[in-house]
Amino acid sequence: MLLTIRHYAFRQAQCYLRPSKTSNRQQLSAFARLLSSLAVLEQREGKLQSASLSAVTAAQKLGGSITGFIAGSGIRSVVEEAAKVEGVEKIVMVENSAYDKALPESYAPLLAENIKKEGFTHVFAGHSAFGKNLMPRVSALLDVQQISDITAIKGEDTFVRPTYAGNAILTVQSSDKIKIITIRGTAFATAEAEGGSAEITEGVDPKVEIETEWLSEDLAKSNRPDLATASKVVSGGRGLKSKEDFDRIIPPLADALGAAIGASRAAVDSGFADNSLQVGQTGKNVAPQLYLCAGISGAIQHLAGMKDSKVIAAINKDADAPIFQVADVGLIGNLFDKVPELTEKLKQ
Amino acid sequence: MPTPLKILVPVKRVIDYAVKPRVNKARTAVETSGVKHSMNPFDELSIEAAVRMRESKNPPVDDILALSAGPAKCVDVLRTAMAMGADRSIHVEIPDAGQGQAELEPLGVAKLLAKVVADEGRNLVILGKQSIDDDSSQTGQMLAGLLGWGQATQASKIEIDDSDRVTVTREVDGGVETVRFPLPGIITTDLRLNEPRYASLPNIMKAKKKKLEKKSLSDYGVDERRRLKTVKVEEPPPRKGGGKVEDVDGLIAKLKELGAI
Repeated sequence: MLLTIRHYAFRQAQCYLRPSKTSNRQQLSAFARLLSSLAVLEQREGKLQSASLSAVTAAQKLGGSITGFIAGSGIRSVVEEAAKVEGVEKIVMVENSAYDKALPESYAPLLAENIKKEGFTHVFAGHSAFGKNLMPRVSALLDVQQISDITAIKGEDTFVRPTYAGNAILTVQSSDKIKIITIRGTAFATAEAEGGSAEITEGVDPKVEIETEWLSEDLAKSNRPDLATASKVVSGGRGLKSKEDFDRIIPPLADALGAAIGASRAAVDSGFADNSLQVGQTGKNVAPQLYLCAGISGAIQHLAGMKDSKVIAAINKDADAPIFQVADVGLIGNLFDKVPELTEKLKQ
Repeated sequence: MPTPLKILVPVKRVIDYAVKPRVNKARTAVETSGVKHSMNPFDELSIEAAVRMRESKNPPVDDILALSAGPAKCVDVLRTAMAMGADRSIHVEIPDAGQGQAELEPLGVAKLLAKVVADEGRNLVILGKQSIDDDSSQTGQMLAGLLGWGQATQASKIEIDDSDRVTVTREVDGGVETVRFPLPGIITTDLRLNEPRYASLPNIMKAKKKKLEKKSLSDYGVDERRRLKTVKVEEPPPRKGGGKVEDVDGLIAKLKELGAI
């Protein structure tokens, strides 16, 4: 008897649940069909910058159709590579060497025209040097208040972003017709490079004449993993004392772990390490599996760039250093002894 | 003959960089009352860059105008800017700003600045690369877009030659790049650009006599409506600091236990 009642109640509940579930799903898919996202993909010298594929992942989380955008010269192979990325339905390409260096003066009108033409509801780009330089200019051309450096998508118009060096997490709702969004790379994985077969189309090219010239670049050459996407990062701070000591102590440990090298602002300002290695609010944001730092006190500006790391390990001689409040494992000691010892033991 | 520079330096009053911000009880904003505020650190670099341009005299600098939009207390950061060397200021007063809702968004600020640029005949705007409160990193680029001017963001070196061309070394991912555009233009400053000076006491006294104009948003016809509504503000989930280990072997063992190596 009891069983029957339970069975009956269960079926009743199912009856209530089922239709609502179905209609809910229908609503969602109807909603998703209206969304069409553009993922702005960065290419350099005919190479797709894989980090920019996080923009595709963000678009996937939103739902709706996904188009990739690539501009520059000699981009055929990049376009074909991007067309295979899972979830991308279409690639809009504009072949013109004027866009090789992504100068915002010409690239922003190019993007704005293509966004208007295709009627995208959402535009995603990485919050990288490329995206930061370009997207606000696009937003101004389209009269949109951009949403910078998001870490999560809560809905079609609602997004989460850290402010105040990551000390306040804001959920914002946009009333703009087009949502222009830059995303924090560490919060969205890189989309799968295989599994898609996107249609390739030519975009519009407004060919805006500009007076800005690109003169030169000087990029630090490194065979190590890229800091922003590395699964392990070894980072040094002021405690390293000099560039010689930094170079003597940090790279061997990084190599023993297969890690990228990072640095605090103090280390960069003192000339121990290159600017591009700075981790923090005004440098790079990293979220590796392991963030191992030596001689870094843990100022809030530094924590802003690394506190989403899975495991944080710290070596510091000052037991009261703020870094120990966030470190999963801390070792108090002189880094000049401890780091070489650690390097040796890891090599074994 | 090089064209004399008429520089605009927008400055923002923000919670001091050394203060750890707290979210208010209602979770609507960051607590700002009774908290130390100062000039956004990147804006100090902008003022310094403008003052050094004047000191180098090539090209000549006609005047350096500092501007801040926000509550009455923004006057403090404008006085600091003038003590560092700005010639005069405009304060665009926004009553009740700072409580999260009345504050202008970057697009609104950019529209305001575009009007000021036209009104005041500016040919160079130097802004910080981001404000350390909102961390948006948008205003300079938006202003460049609205004006259709050249832009160089995250500048670590600026040179202006006799034919009005601005050459800027920019910090980008992985290194630096150098771009050049003719005036007028927009530059945003990065940390490595310079070391801002301290305002000396005599200069602080002199700054009190410098001209500070009061304006309102309606003087510039700028719509203050926000596009983004703050749904909520939260503190990030706290990390629980793990234990300390005695030696390197303990460190390795713990890292293995955590699956980090």
